[in-house]
Amino acid sequence: MRSGILLGKASIAFSSPVYIQSCASVVGSKEGNGPLKDSFDMICDDPMFGEKTWEAAESTMQKEVATLAIGKAGLTPGDIRFVFAGDLLAQTIASSFGIAEMGIPFFGLYGACSTMGESLSLGAIAVSAGYGQHILCATSSHFATAEKEFRFPLGYGSQRPLSATWTVTGSGACILGAKPPHPRNTVGSSPLCHEEGYAAVTGITTGRVIDFGFRDSLNMGGCMAPAACDTIRQHLQDFDLTADSYDAVITGDLGLVGQRILLDLLKQDQIDLASVHQDCGLLIYDNDSQDTHSGGSGCGCSASVLSALLLPKVASGIWKKILFVPTGAMLSKVSFNEGAPVAGIAHAIVLEHIPKTKEA
Amino acid sequence: MSESTQKEKQKAYEKYVKSITPSHSLPLNMCKAFVTGGLICSFGQLILNTVSSMGADKETAGNWCSLLLILLSVILTGLNLYSRIGKFGGAGGLVPITGFANSVAASAIEYRAEGQVFGIGCKIFTIAGPVILYGILSSWLLGLIYFFIKFMEVIR
Repeated sequence: MRSGILLGKASIAFSSPVYIQSCASVVGSKEGNGPLKDSFDMICDDPMFGEKTWEAAESTMQKEVATLAIGKAGLTPGDIRFVFAGDLLAQTIASSFGIAEMGIPFFGLYGACSTMGESLSLGAIAVSAGYGQHILCATSSHFATAEKEFRFPLGYGSQRPLSATWTVTGSGACILGAKPPHPRNTVGSSPLCHEEGYAAVTGITTGRVIDFGFRDSLNMGGCMAPAACDTIRQHLQDFDLTADSYDAVITGDLGLVGQRILLDLLKQDQIDLASVHQDCGLLIYDNDSQDTHSGGSGCGCSASVLSALLLPKVASGIWKKILFVPTGAMLSKVSFNEGAPVAGIAHAIVLEHIPKTKEA
Repeated sequence: MSESTQKEKQKAYEKYVKSITPSHSLPLNMCKAFVTGGLICSFGQLILNTVSSMGADKETAGNWCSLLLILLSVILTGLNLYSRIGKFGGAGGLVPITGFANSVAASAIEYRAEGQVFGIGCKIFTIAGPVILYGILSSWLLGLIYFFIKFMEVIR
């Protein structure tokens, strides 16, 4: 049995849908005061998440979100075959320390803010190939750890340019499997087993690292938009689709500036995305009242918005087919100081509503 | 693609991004910096005048002024208030002695979790370090120039 078909240069169409069996989101208080405040599973008002360091706080957040996702699927950590997880910290310590206690075989990933796309891609490939009944995909980011890792100490009085984005304190997790979720788990009704149907990954397009020679690390939208453009164009070409095949095309964290660039760049290729494009970084905050300038960013931005907003909408059939495109900027403090440009990457995930009648 | 056309493409992209990226209004930012920096310096003058009126000589009064401004900045940093001054005032909050104290205190707080030696010890001057290094270097250079001018009897 073939588990999928390789399409074009960079895509896979899975022969049977990879179901999202459950998802969960945990965020901090700023995100919890934003427009999606009623959709998150958990809002933690303590930015330290009960820990002594920022890094431990992010690990705890990721552990919480994994526990929640596993619990919502009616499973225990022992049922999970593999976990694909990542974050923004050097050597991805938030994931490895956070997931360590659960005793699940672990793959640590780094794709900057696109990591949720990377983990969903690899998870879907593994499920589709038959290597696991349940696979956990999780990512996180924390405002304080990201500022420390990439910018200045928190108490330092500096001015952020209007193009800057605000790193989301948040984490999202999904459990992928070859079978649709059970209607009921041990606790309550399964959130992704809607009476209308389910949400499933049916295809992926893996992004290339795109370097436009752009150097302004405080304008992440400008760094990542060319990569999002490349991946979306490649995806439509590989699958032989047009932009209006989708109810929505949702990028990770381009923000206001990046959104504008993406739409302009795609227009040059005769692709009009304006009517269907949304951005997780613009969905999670109210930029004007929350002073987040260009929007939200970070692995946790796309991951938490996916779990809180996108997947429930697909499962309930409000959206029949969407393209989820988390975007990442590839840089480190060292590469930035050495004058290297900031390259971008974006991975596309096709999420489809699978009606119940079509159930295998 | 040849290297020159790629460079041109990069430049064109950079120019395009700059043209659509919103930026802070420069005149407004300059006004805010002037007011913020001015207020900090006026406060310093107030300390100077008060201490002088209490009978201290010029040097002692200056020391008290620096001491109190640094103390105030460090306390405000600890209370997470100085970053707001910096956000509002920009360079107006950065340039006076209080901005320097803020950069040292903020680093100390941030890296405390990494230990007394490798955390605070190694990283306390992460931001302030360049100012200290190049400050000393330029004063040394100026000293050298002064020495030669004096040696050549241009000034006495």
